[in-house]
Amino acid sequence: MSVERGGPVRLEAGDPVHLEVTPDRFVTVRYAGASGDFNPIHIDEEFARSVGLPGRILHGLWTMAQVARAHTDAAGGPERLKRLSVQFRGMGRMEEPIVVSGTVREVADGTAVVDSQAEQSGHRIIRNAVAEISVD
Amino acid sequence: MPVNTDAIGKTYPVTMYAVGREKVREYAHAVGETNLLYLDVEAARAAGYADVVAPPMFAVVYAGRSITPALFDPEVGIDFARMLHGGQEFRWGPVVVAGDEIATTTSVKDISERGGMNFFVFETDSRNQRGETVCTGAWTNIVRDDS
Repeated sequence: MSVERGGPVRLEAGDPVHLEVTPDRFVTVRYAGASGDFNPIHIDEEFARSVGLPGRILHGLWTMAQVARAHTDAAGGPERLKRLSVQFRGMGRMEEPIVVSGTVREVADGTAVVDSQAEQSGHRIIRNAVAEISVD
Repeated sequence: MPVNTDAIGKTYPVTMYAVGREKVREYAHAVGETNLLYLDVEAARAAGYADVVAPPMFAVVYAGRSITPALFDPEVGIDFARMLHGGQEFRWGPVVVAGDEIATTTSVKDISERGGMNFFVFETDSRNQRGETVCTGAWTNIVRDDS
């Protein structure tokens, strides 16, 4: 663990953003409590199957939080992330690695624009993510 | 059946959220954050913040509860059994720290139909106790139109 409060941040076009995480089997339970989203498709195996899902699935906003974390880590702290938009596709599963990968598209007027995605087992579960990070 | 767009522009009552230190820590742990600014009040103070800092995506906690009345509004008419969270955007202003009081207003930004799907876009505007906009969100929900 470390303290990261964005000192000077310099990003250039082509710089990578990267994060790997494997959600454990109880992450949706903790996230439901933390976020207040108790939709049973995330926490009740039987219910999830009854509505045609393969089992409990990740909260999309948990996965988006991983994309956000990849960017705040790259930016050296939370204050620098000014915008993040994502599209959700398919479903995220527990106990399968997720890879967030992105590239700085351009840097202009103190803002780095980053394109990214989150992929799990060959599926892009977050697509067309675009972030803006304020840089020095 | 064409989707009913009458609710576009409708605004819902302000909801208040008091940001608690342990809630921020609970959220940060749940999403795997390790930056001590989110977890350790001494580290946060040493870095110049009044208390632990909420990760940017903590916006789902203080703004999310404001969305609920809109999602369940019969005038909007969302069929939950067929609803998917299609997309999400947040824009952030000053960081939120424990102790802040966040006022969020939700409005119906757009309702539209494309390719057999109905798109419902809600907008949230969240301000802290100083009136600064800490986050605006665009929440896109998609409902398959099987009717």
